[in-house]
Amino acid sequence: MKVLVPVKRVIDYNVKARVKPDGSGVDLANVKMSMNPFGEIAVEEAVRLKEKGVVNEIVVVSIGPSQAQETIRTALAMGADRGILIQTEETVEPLSVAKLLKAVVNEENPEIAILGKQAIDDDANQTGQMLAALLDWPQGTFASKLDIADGKAEVMREVDGGLQTISVELPAVITTDLRLNEPRYASLPNIMKAKRKPIDIKTPDDYGVSLDVRLEQTNVAEPPKREAGIIVESVAELVEKLKNQAGVI
Amino acid sequence: MAILVVGEHDNAHLSDATNKTVTAAIKIGGDVDILIAGENAGDVAAEAAKIEGVRKVLHADGASLAKQMAEAMQALIVPLMGDYDALLAPATTNGKNYLPRIAAALDVMQISEIISVEAPDTFVRPIYAGNAMQTVRSTDKIKVITVRPTAFEAAKTGGGASVTSIDAPAGPFKSTFVGEELTKSDRPELTAAKIVISGGRGMGSGENFVMIERIADKLGAAVGASRAAVDAGYVPNDYQVGQTGKVVAPELYIAVGISGAIQHLAGMKDSKVIVAINKDEDAPIFQVADYGLVADLFKALPELEDAL
Repeated sequence: MKVLVPVKRVIDYNVKARVKPDGSGVDLANVKMSMNPFGEIAVEEAVRLKEKGVVNEIVVVSIGPSQAQETIRTALAMGADRGILIQTEETVEPLSVAKLLKAVVNEENPEIAILGKQAIDDDANQTGQMLAALLDWPQGTFASKLDIADGKAEVMREVDGGLQTISVELPAVITTDLRLNEPRYASLPNIMKAKRKPIDIKTPDDYGVSLDVRLEQTNVAEPPKREAGIIVESVAELVEKLKNQAGVI
Repeated sequence: MAILVVGEHDNAHLSDATNKTVTAAIKIGGDVDILIAGENAGDVAAEAAKIEGVRKVLHADGASLAKQMAEAMQALIVPLMGDYDALLAPATTNGKNYLPRIAAALDVMQISEIISVEAPDTFVRPIYAGNAMQTVRSTDKIKVITVRPTAFEAAKTGGGASVTSIDAPAGPFKSTFVGEELTKSDRPELTAAKIVISGGRGMGSGENFVMIERIADKLGAAVGASRAAVDAGYVPNDYQVGQTGKVVAPELYIAVGISGAIQHLAGMKDSKVIVAINKDEDAPIFQVADYGLVADLFKALPELEDAL
């Protein structure tokens, strides 16, 4: 079974985004970039499926600038087999990403696509669901457990009330939540090995997908700042302030 | 302009998130209808009909809609969109699951988790864990939008809209419901509670959360947690407050033993009053707290319980 794992190069999760003063976006110059953490979980899950013998090939795909090759290399070092970079400097909205991924699926014919549930830059949480719709595949989103057997995937999902388990027929799209697994660190030998694994460089044109932008970004602003508070000396003082000053208890 | 709002419910009760989404729809302007998709959800449809400002309720009832699975919701909603200019759902795990699927089927780019309506086609939404607020104008003919419930007041009840029955999709679909483990609690729902008290890694164990629960019961509060506490297995996943967990904005948020990672702050910094209890005076949580108490939580929590 072949698995497709789309990953995105995003601001590192430890870095606080800074808004550009002219309101044109977030300043990413000289900022540490990494693989989207949910994408790391997706790669890890694919590698575990391969280690279990369920999957025999892991293809990683990323859409973005040439530096996204580093993101693909990270996935290759974790255990993916080969990569595809769809290179573009343009803004690619989730709907266009899903269209590109659909084209990749049509070429590669994987039986499962595992994606992060959301990228931590645009926080959209859309691509997996959109890909599933475009392919007319079922979806198992926000997965915290994944079992594959008999042409089906049983997916335990993190939902507002707790956990829900569903069964989806393959081929299917799975999106990862935090508790699915803990991604491994690539070992040095595996990082060296990954350098020899192939990455195909493509363009959106190769797939005949136009990157038309549907959401025109008119401004990016800082969120409202919270006023600095006070340090209280004791529990008694805290309770007094909450009762008499804030009036919330 | 006509707007369809998808109601959030468990087949028995309508969630408050629906009323809040209706408020966002009214701000966009036009006729607002609510869709109740469920199984034996007649009471929910009747409840939805009472929301002020609603033109009518569409009620689709059938086994295929019992759990609002994405594939069935797509089959139900896509054909309805010939009559509507916008489709809204609350940004709950349900809404986030089915709405992007419907958006793609309509060839529309969804606008996720809006926190304000600037114009019928222009919205503000948080990006980068709420460290930036993005204003976007949609050029799509149909707007497909998830709404962050905490950012909108709940629409009041008192109206009397009509309820129209529509057919549930027959299926079968390529996904089936197997089971669920829902957290049972008599406490208020986390995203709707007026007071939330959350514990972090500093709690040290699941057993120690009892200290937080006792205070929650005295205050009528909901209990939340940081990712670290959930990852450590102290509490279930649905307690998680943060960028990718639940977003809360209560009157009072008490963070206990939580350092205040960017991802946690994204889920609670719109709370009206924030209290932080942490023994590390340099913890970033103190930078957003209105009242900070630098103390050992194992001493402070019993004292707090006694003082309430």
